Amino acid sequence: MAKVIVVTSGKGGVGKTTSTAALGAALAQRGEKTVVVDFDVGLRNLDLVMGAERRVVYDLINVIQGDAKLPQALIRDKRLETLHLLPASQTRDKENLTEDGVERVMDELRKSFDWIICDSPAGIERGATLAMRHADTAVVVTNPEVSSVRDSDRIIGLLDSKTAKAERGDKIDKHLLLTRYDGARAERGDMLKVDDVLEILSIPLIGIIPESMDVLRASNVGSPVTIADERSEAAIAYRQAAQRLAGENLPVALPGERRGFFGKIFGRRAA
Amino acid sequence: MNIFRFFAKESSAPAARDRLQVLLAHERASVGDNDLVSKLREEILAVIAKHVKVGDDQVNVKMDRGDQVSTLAVDIEIPLEKDARAA
Repeated sequence: MAKVIVVTSGKGGVGKTTSTAALGAALAQRGEKTVVVDFDVGLRNLDLVMGAERRVVYDLINVIQGDAKLPQALIRDKRLETLHLLPASQTRDKENLTEDGVERVMDELRKSFDWIICDSPAGIERGATLAMRHADTAVVVTNPEVSSVRDSDRIIGLLDSKTAKAERGDKIDKHLLLTRYDGARAERGDMLKVDDVLEILSIPLIGIIPESMDVLRASNVGSPVTIADERSEAAIAYRQAAQRLAGENLPVALPGERRGFFGKIFGRRAA
Repeated sequence: MNIFRFFAKESSAPAARDRLQVLLAHERASVGDNDLVSKLREEILAVIAKHVKVGDDQVNVKMDRGDQVSTLAVDIEIPLEKDARAA
């Protein structure tokens, strides 16, 4: 049965799109049929991060308005045949994103995919609430930084009240994905620690993604980091987060824990 | 204990954590209030409407949270006697 995941955060620039691409690719690499859906109408970027920006013909709004059939709008990834993208519209007004339309598209996607990963726009407006509307599970992307944590808290409140699952009286599963984490700075006391964020937001942790050049490099070349640089620390962390989403029980390792004696001494420079 | 830490600036993460805890405790309560106020407004409106004809915009409910005392202000505009009775 299809599982719908929303990748959300409230605050912009924390890594929603990067995380959607990386988690989507990691799930597809397991051989499960996955689609990543861009809900950021007007400011689409998932196509760019996935390296499919020149292959967009039809988009989510075209499908909602009946200008195109769903299969015409879906873009199959060139590297992974189990991975697909449903892009957002660049030019249309976001008013075109209707509740009925989104519901129809999600119902149709559920029939042919194992995983539907919805990339939410920043903010708490229509686009963000529609992206979370049909989710079974939410991945709340948070940076260890005050404004991001505050916005995540608001989003958690919305997940518990505004989703279809919450309105039916069910609990939506929520997971914290801590991104841009810098272990050395946290250790020096200049960045919120993992435990601080967990205590404040009190939702279970699904992964810690280290602040890393590899993530930037992957988006530069238009490839999810789990494909671009499979052995990087960020890719490993995303892959494990995907395994946890799939129900595997793995402990979460702190980035940098693998560092040895010299790593600790030169840790600051390494960061 | 690192000797350089002695000269370093005081760490800022504990301040971040404490500020967030205070702020979010407050914000969670007030977001909850908004919900309470809209529920109260709806039910008050329903009770009034049983006896008097009032419009949706004629009932105003406001809540003020203080440290010691919180107040709930309900402001209802009643129409003139001749057309007041509900059918």
